[in-house]
Amino acid sequence: MSTNTESDAGKGNRVHAGKPVTVDRYTGGARINHWITAGSLVLLALSGLSLFHPRLFFLSALFGGGQLVRAIHPWIGVVLFFSFLGLFLRFWKLNLWRREDGTWLARSRDVLTAHDERLPEIGKYNAGQKLVFWSMSILIIVLITSGIVIWDEYFAAYTTIEQKRWAVLIHSIAAILAICVWITHVYAAIWVKGTIRGMVRGSVTGGWAWRYHRKWLRELVAKPAAKDEKHTAAE
Amino acid sequence: MFPPVPNPSTGPQSPKFGEKDLMRRSASNVTPPAERQTEVAKLIDVSKCIGCKACQAACIEWNDTHPEIEENVGVFENPHDLTPDMFTLMRFTEWENPETNNLEWLIRKDGCMHCEDPGCLKACPAPGAIVQYSNGIVDFVHENCIGCGYCIKGCPFNIPRISQVDHTAYKCTLCSDRIAVGQGPACAKACPTQAIVYGTKEEMKKHAEGRITDLKSRGFANAGLYDPPGVGGTHVMYVLHHADKPEIYAGLPNNPTISPIVEAWKGMTKYAGLAVMGVAAVTGFLHYMVNGPNRVTEEDEEAAERLTGDRSS
Repeated sequence: MSTNTESDAGKGNRVHAGKPVTVDRYTGGARINHWITAGSLVLLALSGLSLFHPRLFFLSALFGGGQLVRAIHPWIGVVLFFSFLGLFLRFWKLNLWRREDGTWLARSRDVLTAHDERLPEIGKYNAGQKLVFWSMSILIIVLITSGIVIWDEYFAAYTTIEQKRWAVLIHSIAAILAICVWITHVYAAIWVKGTIRGMVRGSVTGGWAWRYHRKWLRELVAKPAAKDEKHTAAE
Repeated sequence: MFPPVPNPSTGPQSPKFGEKDLMRRSASNVTPPAERQTEVAKLIDVSKCIGCKACQAACIEWNDTHPEIEENVGVFENPHDLTPDMFTLMRFTEWENPETNNLEWLIRKDGCMHCEDPGCLKACPAPGAIVQYSNGIVDFVHENCIGCGYCIKGCPFNIPRISQVDHTAYKCTLCSDRIAVGQGPACAKACPTQAIVYGTKEEMKKHAEGRITDLKSRGFANAGLYDPPGVGGTHVMYVLHHADKPEIYAGLPNNPTISPIVEAWKGMTKYAGLAVMGVAAVTGFLHYMVNGPNRVTEEDEEAAERLTGDRSS
């Protein structure tokens, strides 16, 4: 039980009794890390799309023209890679697949119709969030790898033209998928009210935690705060 | 003997083609001119080339490029490859003909082929960075070029080179600036043996026929014209003594086409990708319209208070 609790609760997560109850969900560091990733992902999508379809070339004006898009895009990619790596290291354990995730996913109709009472109790992340996490992890690895292959300014000499052709095709397909995952992620945050404050101010209400991540809330409640700190220090 | 392009008058004259003659413009739609200009072509007769590199010198001279001076590594190619400052290059191949046991020294002037269906233009994301005039010339417009290198991936002949100085792509222009005022390409002008001739595409094909007949009469049974149909024909053509195996001429591609990977990237992926992203966004919007937001209820809050209250009591 205790190992389970630790891996499901997340660092710095704490319950504050009151009316309403608030629950700390993300530390300042995690939030800054998240928003650097988010910002670079948006910039990458805009600059990448400007080179993807002629009708979207006008987006290059946001970056000061095509030449600058070409020069900046890969560097933003590097920022995103390391920033996401930070998120990955913070959250990968909490995103490991659990038995209840299969059940949650199988009841996706209830998920989409907001019948959360029919869903199993979920830890810090539900199956949807975990899928977003793992698909982004994989796509970002694909994107940085294929991106380096077509980063001609520095790496032109290391690959053949045929490899670059594959890389540019793979890069654009992976980018489309990543944008779709991003749309899902953003939509879910907008749809489920009370979610965005978790990533902006770091805390959610007790009701939010009860409704969507009850197992996580129970574990936080069951674990005395002082003991939690000692535990973290010992780790 | 093909009559060389006569020296033009020195008086000022207006260019023979320009913006209004664009047949294709990268990353943009243009209405092609109602009437196509007579297609022009450069014919390179490999069998007449003596490898003197006068064409290279003329190209450097006319385009005012400054290729780096390199080390002699014991081969005839100089410089070692096409570069942003060297738009054309004599490529030398020593080939032993298995039928005659003769060593044949094959010299091919490499450079942009000015494809009728240009892969570089298809791949280019920057509006107007690559244009195709109705006379067949494919030209790079440097002020629109963003230096992304997509043209390199699109080109079936491995021709464009990106300058690390101004970060734009360079290649043979077919001397579009000379042709516009009635002159032939600089390389053709400089060629001492008429291995390079310039004229209309029809004239060039006809001239090539004569050359091929001559080569065949001299025992080159497979002599022929290289005007690859896979890219819709080219506006730089070769007369090859072994047209059945163009690859022996320093890897001249046999039946070149725009790579299917590039076609998939610039075709299916482009449209399907936009559609998929659009569908994802619209689906989200519709879901919200139908279902409304997913809100935490008062009971949820109370349940959480009870849960935490249990602990603190």
